[in-house]
Amino acid sequence: MTLAAFAILLAATLIGYFLNRQAAAQIWKGGERLHSLSGFHGLFSALVVLVPVLVLMLFWLVLQGPVIDRLVMGALPDGSLDGLDSGGIQLVLAEIKSLARGLVFGTPEPWKYDAAERLVRLQNNSTIALVILVSVLALALIAFARSKVRANFRARQGVERIVSGLMIFCSVVAIFTTVGIVAALIFETMKFLSMVPLTEFLFGTNWEPQIPIRDDQIAAAGAFGWVPVMLGTLVITVIAMTVAVPVGLFSAIYLNEFAAPKFRAVAKPILEILAGVPTVVYGFFAILTVAPAIRAFGESLGLPIAPNTALAAGGVMGIMLIPFISSFADDALSAVPQAMRDGALGLGSTRSEMMLKVLFPAAIPGIVGGILLAVSRAIGETMIVVMAAGLIAKMTINPLDSVTTVTVQIVTLLIGDTSFDNPKTLAAFALGMMLFIVTLIINIFALRIVRKYREAYD
Amino acid sequence: MTDVPNGDLGPGSGGNKTSRIVRAGLARRHRSELILKAAGLAAILFAFSMLLILVGSLVGSGYKAFTQTHIELEVYVDPDEIEVDKLPRGGFDDVLEAALLARFPSVTERAEQRELGRIFSNGAQFTLRDRVVADPGLIGQTVTVRAPLSDPYDQLNKGLIERETAEVNRRLDDRQIAWFDALDEEGLITTPFNWALFTNADSRFPELAGLKGALVGSFWALLTCFIISVPLGIGAAIYLEEFAPRNRLSDLIEVNINNLAAVPSVVFGLLALAVFIGWFGMPRSAPFVGGLTLALMTMPTIIIATRAALKAVPPSIREAALGVGASEQQVVFQHVLPLAMPGILTGTIIGLAQALGETAPLLLIGMNAFITSAPSSPFDSATALPTQIFIWADSPERGFVSRTSAAILVLLGFLITMNAIAIFLRHRFQRRT
Repeated sequence: MTLAAFAILLAATLIGYFLNRQAAAQIWKGGERLHSLSGFHGLFSALVVLVPVLVLMLFWLVLQGPVIDRLVMGALPDGSLDGLDSGGIQLVLAEIKSLARGLVFGTPEPWKYDAAERLVRLQNNSTIALVILVSVLALALIAFARSKVRANFRARQGVERIVSGLMIFCSVVAIFTTVGIVAALIFETMKFLSMVPLTEFLFGTNWEPQIPIRDDQIAAAGAFGWVPVMLGTLVITVIAMTVAVPVGLFSAIYLNEFAAPKFRAVAKPILEILAGVPTVVYGFFAILTVAPAIRAFGESLGLPIAPNTALAAGGVMGIMLIPFISSFADDALSAVPQAMRDGALGLGSTRSEMMLKVLFPAAIPGIVGGILLAVSRAIGETMIVVMAAGLIAKMTINPLDSVTTVTVQIVTLLIGDTSFDNPKTLAAFALGMMLFIVTLIINIFALRIVRKYREAYD
Repeated sequence: MTDVPNGDLGPGSGGNKTSRIVRAGLARRHRSELILKAAGLAAILFAFSMLLILVGSLVGSGYKAFTQTHIELEVYVDPDEIEVDKLPRGGFDDVLEAALLARFPSVTERAEQRELGRIFSNGAQFTLRDRVVADPGLIGQTVTVRAPLSDPYDQLNKGLIERETAEVNRRLDDRQIAWFDALDEEGLITTPFNWALFTNADSRFPELAGLKGALVGSFWALLTCFIISVPLGIGAAIYLEEFAPRNRLSDLIEVNINNLAAVPSVVFGLLALAVFIGWFGMPRSAPFVGGLTLALMTMPTIIIATRAALKAVPPSIREAALGVGASEQQVVFQHVLPLAMPGILTGTIIGLAQALGETAPLLLIGMNAFITSAPSSPFDSATALPTQIFIWADSPERGFVSRTSAAILVLLGFLITMNAIAIFLRHRFQRRT
């Protein structure tokens, strides 16, 4: 039925287009001079029909679900939801919905059947109302657009105004996304902070995200101090950077200055393959190959190594970041003016001296910006650590131990849990908030360095 | 120089003091140049070898999952076990077991007989059931059943369970291996291409698990992502590049887009979980919601690529079109955009390839559910290729290790194809202008 509404909209758009184009062509044949080409008259009608109706439909479809839920839950007999927390109410709603789809588990109370029937009725009514509304509105808009067709009607300007409005909307979606992210994070984090004090979250050194399953359970209150989680993130980030920075920089130096053009043309794309491999693949590589190799190596030295050591996760993440750093450094080195190279070589320095004493210092801001972006990526990287790092937060900086990270905790806290009313799931949003803030600061800082540096030589 | 050279012009002898110092240091300086060069080359070779090990270990463990050990057996569909009016119920597993028992009359103990029956994959009885339900005339006849072997025997056949291992450490004991060898000697064991990897959905049993659900789920998610992100991204890029006045709003949008491109993907997952699922009440695990989330992540990539492509169109095109009386929008849509199209397509394909490999946001919206059928619409619960890889990588069964690698190879195959198309388009683009 919803598809029918879309079909009606499509048909109305086409009808509007051809109707107006025809009408305009008629006027032109009648010997009058049109201000706009007849195609623009058609396009004007099509857009006038399409845009408002589509907006209406999208709003309707998005709001229909929550509104119907609320109507159904509001119409339940008094007292049927007494004593239920929000999770319990969600369960009742889910049960009613599955009843409405014809799936019966156990023997539901009769009022749930009534509610399910009501749900189905409301859904059907809503769809029918949508189809009727769409048809009426589309007809009205076709008529409106048709009434506009006149020889001196500025159809092209009308079309261009609508198109321009659409394009502005497109660009504002990016802002909406950011606002959505910030709003969602702040909203859920506030809920979290109403259960766990801010000081405990920021300065607590104990992270045990559990909630009591029963009210009388002892010693399961949980602890939400993010310090050990952040420490683990830093340990893995440092390991990743110790792999990625030297390898990335040296390959950039070689590719930029010493490599033959043919070698460079082949080597650069191959390096960039490393950046295109999905992170879930790196995660599996870490547990399939790297972690066992590190363990075997450690055993041969008699070192105790945890099965999911920070070294494996960090090392693999470092491999992923090599092309990131090398291409940033390469760009930064290439951006140094040729005159500085020529000057250094002309004064008799070797190519390595020219590179290390002239080009590299001149390119440092760009390189640092690139490294900072890589750091922010390492902090926010999820799949490698989810698969290869540990789950338990420890206050340790030993790279051979297993540590956990912010992103690992976010994923493990949220997998399989839907209700947003306990500190365990909400803690994930608080961690997400911190992750967002930390990466945002690093990114803004890095982008600023990069931009400032570029301006200096342009 | 006033003194007459005496024929000895060896290193360091002639010239003034400076050039003597320079010559003395030359060897050292050339050595350090060599060291820098060697370090650079070593770094590149390190990166290459890591890539090689990565691909090598995946291929090495994954190629075996592209074949599957099957057994072909004559099975008598016993009317005592399977009755027409009781279909689709019936003792299909007993029928299969009986067929095996007929070959091993020496196995008499009940527990051992059951053990023997487990050579068949758990799915074999359902294959047989489907055949009999489709054609009840088979009851009472002898049919040839070709069914996958269960995982331990499959691994034995592929050499992943080594016969040399001590019996206590092996998943199959000597007796079971003897059964397998006996069947193998009679030519009943075959190892054909594993089509089930592409035609089955997920399963708890490695020998039955396939990628169909994940492929369909990824398709729906990517389609949603494409439909939403491409028009929005291109529209935004055209506005920002061609029409936007330089003011605070457009600056804000610009900074915003650059920052969005660097926001960790898991944060987009949190957004989707809180807003799409929590506030708007969209279904969990649905590829549509996944596609929506991926669209928000892909949009910045498309915007940045499109702006670069638009910038690359020479201004003479714009000026010429304006000169013959085109309006500003006509210039952009009829002249600039067609020329920029290859660049835009390249950026779009690369953005979509990234979206195809993205995992973390899909995990948060629940696309890691265990679902044994392919979704029929974008609103059904489903997995996607990368989340399926994650699920399999997490599974304890040994048989899933090679399937995970195989799934990764399939994913990489798609990514390589998409990138190859992008490279092809870029080359065409370069030739044209």
